[in-house]
Amino acid sequence: MSKIKKRAHAGTLESSDAFIEIEPIEEDKIKIELQSSVEEMYGDDIRELIKKVINELDISHISVKVQDKGALDYVIKARLQAAILRANDDEKIKWDKL
Amino acid sequence: MKLRRSMLFVPGSNTSMVCNAFVYRPDTVMFDLEDSVAIEEKDSARLMVYHALQHFTYDDMETAVRVNPLHSIYGLLDLEAVIRAGVDIIRLPKTDTVEDVLQMQEVIEKIEFKIGTDKKTKLLAAIESAQGVVNAVSIASCSDRLMGIALGAEDFVRDLHTQRTKAGSELMAARAQILLAARAAKIHAFDSVFSDVRDKEGFIREAKYIKDLGFDGKSLINPNQISVLHKIFAPSKNDVEWALDVIEASTNAKEKGLGVVSIDGKMVDAPVIARAQWTLELAKASGMLGGDE
Repeated sequence: MSKIKKRAHAGTLESSDAFIEIEPIEEDKIKIELQSSVEEMYGDDIRELIKKVINELDISHISVKVQDKGALDYVIKARLQAAILRANDDEKIKWDKL
Repeated sequence: MKLRRSMLFVPGSNTSMVCNAFVYRPDTVMFDLEDSVAIEEKDSARLMVYHALQHFTYDDMETAVRVNPLHSIYGLLDLEAVIRAGVDIIRLPKTDTVEDVLQMQEVIEKIEFKIGTDKKTKLLAAIESAQGVVNAVSIASCSDRLMGIALGAEDFVRDLHTQRTKAGSELMAARAQILLAARAAKIHAFDSVFSDVRDKEGFIREAKYIKDLGFDGKSLINPNQISVLHKIFAPSKNDVEWALDVIEASTNAKEKGLGVVSIDGKMVDAPVIARAQWTLELAKASGMLGGDE
């Protein structure tokens, strides 16, 4: 498990999109803050998806703030992965982990 | 030949468009990672398109991606992503020479081999310069992966030291050359986008014109242009009735062992039958024979 290097964000606040901000934290956990118009119905699913994406990339010690504007699952996934790659200045993408 | 009347451009950085383009049922959806995506969003657009290509909403639709040029730092990354995601067609930007196509083909082959896919990604070369138009004939026949060539008018008119006009006379030579090159190589020919989305009459005029020239279809930038274009490409009722008569007559002739048949005194031979079959394909896709629309 590794820690991201710095703060980063990806996405927009436009409809069908999500704006995701991430930063490294001291605690060994995945801290999620979610704002979504569909929180009541899909909040748990979105949190599960975020944890799954982060675990697949072997990341820990991370805080994730998501402002969801009705994004499909793959949009949240793409935005979170983009933020993580940016946080690590990663140019060598491990496609099999995405 | 597959029907490819409409090729809808979808900027890879426009999430709403990426997620919803399938609703408009273009014949091909073309995700763009090149000019419509800002430098700082190249990475996130690439990831968005990578996931969209694998989403079930695009399962039954032909997909294409316009990648960044290989000489940029983004070109190879784009290819790595979208070929893994199973894209059907790579649209080469600014194709000037045969070498541009062969270089792209070589890189694609390497990626396909590396990931172990049997899929053979097709290529579409965008001709956007005077050099490209002059070389269109050799470009069109240089690769069996090439499914078509397309005119990119905005860059082309800049290269020609002119500008786009309503009459389109500045594109006359390029359209003729691209069409002839494509037909000689038996691949598709696509016309450029019509940029003024508010000018519906101008779009209709241009679409009718390029259809009459013989183009297979047109690149589009607005979903509202799709149904308009499909109507223009739809055959008339008389054409459909004629095509049905031709197919019926040729089927009967075949059953009776007759080589040649005539309808209304006109001989029906192989080219006429092929045209009739194509008319019925268009009619089906246009919803005139219980097809898609």
